[in-house]
Amino acid sequence: MAAPLVLVLVVAVTVRAALFRSSLAEFISERVEVVSPLSSWKRVVEGLSLLDLGVSPYSGAVFHETPLIIYLFHFLIDYAELVFMITDALTAIALYFAIQDFNKVVFKKQKLLLELDQYAPDVAELIRTPMEMRYIPLKVALFYLLNPYTILSCVAKSTCAINNTLIAFFILTTIKGSAFLSAIFLALATYQSLYPLTLFVPGLLYLLQTRHINPNSAAAVHTCENEEQSLLDLFLGVCHDVCGKPSGNHLPLLLPSQLLGFHPRSLWLYINVFFYTIPLAIKLKEHPIFFMFIQIAVIAIFKSYPTVGDVALYMAFFPVWNHLYRFLRNIFVLTCIIIVCSLLFPVLWHLWIYAGSANSNFFYAITLTFNVGQILLISDYFYAFLRREYYLTHGLYLTAKDGTEAMLVLK
Amino acid sequence: MGLLSDPVRRRALARLVLRLNAPLCVLSYVAGIAWFLALVFPPLTQRTYMSENAMGSTMVEEQFAGGDRARAFARDFAAHRKKSGALPVAWLERTMRSVGLEVYTQSFSRKLPFPDETHERYMVSGTNVYGILRAPRAASTESLVLTVPCGSDSTNSQAVGLLLALAAHFRGQIYWAKDIVFLVTEHDLLGTEAWLEAYHDVNVTGMQSSPLQGRAGAIQAAVALELSSDVVTSLDVAVEGLNGQLPNLDLLNLFQTFCQKGGLLCTLQGKLQPEDWTSLDGPLQGLQTLLLMVLRQASGRPHGSHGLFLRYRVEALTLRGINSFRQYKYDLVAVGKALEGMFRKLNHLLERLHQSFFLYLLPGLSRFVSIGLYMPAVGFLLLVLGLKALELWMQLHEAGMGLEEPGGAPGPSVPLPPSQAMGLALYVLPVLGQHVATQHFPVAEAEAVVLTLLAIYAAGLALPHNTHRVVSTQAPDRGWMALKLVALIYLALQLGCIALTNFSLGFLLATTMVPTAALAKPHGPRTLYAALLVLTSPAATLLGSLFLWRELQEAPLSLAEGWQLFLAALAQGVLEHHTYGALLFPLLSLGLYPCWLLFWNVLFWK
Repeated sequence: MAAPLVLVLVVAVTVRAALFRSSLAEFISERVEVVSPLSSWKRVVEGLSLLDLGVSPYSGAVFHETPLIIYLFHFLIDYAELVFMITDALTAIALYFAIQDFNKVVFKKQKLLLELDQYAPDVAELIRTPMEMRYIPLKVALFYLLNPYTILSCVAKSTCAINNTLIAFFILTTIKGSAFLSAIFLALATYQSLYPLTLFVPGLLYLLQTRHINPNSAAAVHTCENEEQSLLDLFLGVCHDVCGKPSGNHLPLLLPSQLLGFHPRSLWLYINVFFYTIPLAIKLKEHPIFFMFIQIAVIAIFKSYPTVGDVALYMAFFPVWNHLYRFLRNIFVLTCIIIVCSLLFPVLWHLWIYAGSANSNFFYAITLTFNVGQILLISDYFYAFLRREYYLTHGLYLTAKDGTEAMLVLK
Repeated sequence: MGLLSDPVRRRALARLVLRLNAPLCVLSYVAGIAWFLALVFPPLTQRTYMSENAMGSTMVEEQFAGGDRARAFARDFAAHRKKSGALPVAWLERTMRSVGLEVYTQSFSRKLPFPDETHERYMVSGTNVYGILRAPRAASTESLVLTVPCGSDSTNSQAVGLLLALAAHFRGQIYWAKDIVFLVTEHDLLGTEAWLEAYHDVNVTGMQSSPLQGRAGAIQAAVALELSSDVVTSLDVAVEGLNGQLPNLDLLNLFQTFCQKGGLLCTLQGKLQPEDWTSLDGPLQGLQTLLLMVLRQASGRPHGSHGLFLRYRVEALTLRGINSFRQYKYDLVAVGKALEGMFRKLNHLLERLHQSFFLYLLPGLSRFVSIGLYMPAVGFLLLVLGLKALELWMQLHEAGMGLEEPGGAPGPSVPLPPSQAMGLALYVLPVLGQHVATQHFPVAEAEAVVLTLLAIYAAGLALPHNTHRVVSTQAPDRGWMALKLVALIYLALQLGCIALTNFSLGFLLATTMVPTAALAKPHGPRTLYAALLVLTSPAATLLGSLFLWRELQEAPLSLAEGWQLFLAALAQGVLEHHTYGALLFPLLSLGLYPCWLLFWNVLFWK
């Protein structure tokens, strides 16, 4: 399976290199949907030049990146394009190996449940076979690398790509079972933007389950938690000492997006990302990787400066849930909504800024519609997942008490 | 729990959509056309009114009386021009300086991608001359522009004379709060583009020009003037600009106010305004004017120098003096007074014009239709595409084939890359390959470009024959439905995006392409559908619009003339894309033509 992956990587790198050399690169790097004030490359360059002049990069409220990014690019500024292409490639490779291992785990678990007779007798068509799961890792890598959103983010040199790489490595190390490494990557990802902290819960659940430890055992939970918490503290402390400035300096600026306007009630939206963790943990505690997928999607939708790079990360996971396709109900309408909104973003921007006719409300409406489309898409996948689980345990052909065919209705 | 999750209601809706699809589509299409035709009738069309307060309540007494001086300047200019063959730069500089302006010149040059047959130019180089009248007590932060484009085919000498006389008159006044720039450009639109690019310090079209020595602040508004004789019977106003952009409606209202005040006859699209909108005659005439405006806006050409100003968010109009066979004629003083009045009112502006509409349609000079009222027309047309796509999706879903099936037939997506590649070839090859073509065939470059365009366009029709060798034979019946679904969504997206920025182009293309796109299928009378599809392809729409345009202007074309005009229009379209950045050519070749080819592939699906 290495050859197709290498081919996909080559194609992806070629497309990105071609776009870097074309005149579109500058245009893309100024698009509001692709770069945000938190991830813009221009601001990284600004911060680096401020550092070179001996001024603190954080003065002037232009630079919002972490000190680690400064140190990384201080040495790599001349190879910036190469760095971003490599990060994309690394993300794809990490996802590829992660999903490969995950499929093995899924198949093993399915076999175990079949032997334990947990499934209803007539669900043969819902059981997954290794044959159909063979190409999924390659498709995941393909979906990530050739997604127009990812390509746009890479060409714009948005640091969101680096965040995606860290989260992808976190997923890889979690699935491989190494608590220490996954803690490191989670700490790095959280350090850059606060939201990946919510991935702590599904990561913990997965590690506990793969070690066959009873999740209710308090001691085991505490050990893992302590491990991760201490690593996070270690990182924050190191950065504090290294640059002599509270590295949480950028935190106040992570407050609500300019698009929504700063309003006390919009603080709820900021906390919204964290609200969903507990209910999802309760419902999906048997399926931590699906939980992780939904959590990443929730982060991408509700974070304060969303860009298309965040959307690209969770979209890469769609091939993993390919078997849910038959239970998805609104996929056509939702795909149309997402495509239409993506196309209308630049059109309405043009109308607002250049034609002098529309105003920010139009642009805001499209952002809202895009988010509504994403929310409906995620809830559709959630519903499909739960429905399949229900069918697996209760049988595919449900009959009501009087023998007629019953319908499953979500209440 | 609502429509999206309640299975009972969803099934009912699905049945409704599938059963009533054809009647709904027809109804929606007819509603779209009917809505458009109804735009000229009173409830949908409103009287224009001045929205900007700063221009509404001021009283202006025009005092321009330099008619003789204007004529003298015009005669001198014409004589010097005939002697030197090009713009008499030295004479203009001298005269402007004597009138009291700060004079600057700008030279520019440009090599066109291929020789322009209509204007007979290839390597263009010229000089723009402009004089700035500095406002006596203001800080030079804002300015107004009066421009006279001089081309080789239209000398426009009376306009230059009037410009100089007005400059002399304005120089003696003390009430100016904004600087006024008097601009005379050579090679009309090319010179204007060079000046604007240098003024705003950008380079969008690859023009080489010398930098400007003198500037006058942010331009608030501009008026372009074209006069062909000493006396005029009416003034024609042109509003459509590059890519269908329009100036703020207030500028047009301003012009109309002064025409009424001075008793000047004003025309829009060359037609007089109907007085009576209550009977049927007025609206019918309004429909003619509206259709003319739609056709001009859809072409995306800058119909005058003002069209290039609009891109920089400078509201601009072009005024053309028409000398027809009417009895009552106005001399240059009347035109000068109207211009003086307009400039005095524009002088009062505190902010850029922004109160009135930027997107509108004009059935008449004093009537307009705003965007909120005309958009549903294109909405109904695009609804047809949406309904058809929904129906196809449901049929595909029932048959059990989805678009994401792991082992699904590659058939549906096979025609996509070749169609897009044909579009790319149509965009890139004609200009790139013109030299090769002229070496092998006895044609001029412009003809080579046009003939290459037509050749590639027609070659695309042979595409289905070649892609069928690649299409697999599994599930042949469903393959075309998936392809048609993708093509319908693609077409709807493109037309929607186009209609948002240039309503006329979107509506025109939707009217012709939507019915045949909805009807295309491999079964049924194939030759009839093929003929219909060819008749509604983008090129045929262009041809048809040319005939319609001349018909509406009461100068109908014969077939041969029409074909010649069509070829000239193709060449102009490609040229304008390269010289001014007009978007019609790339939109049609890279966007709509590949989409149309997909429907052609659906029609010939085996």
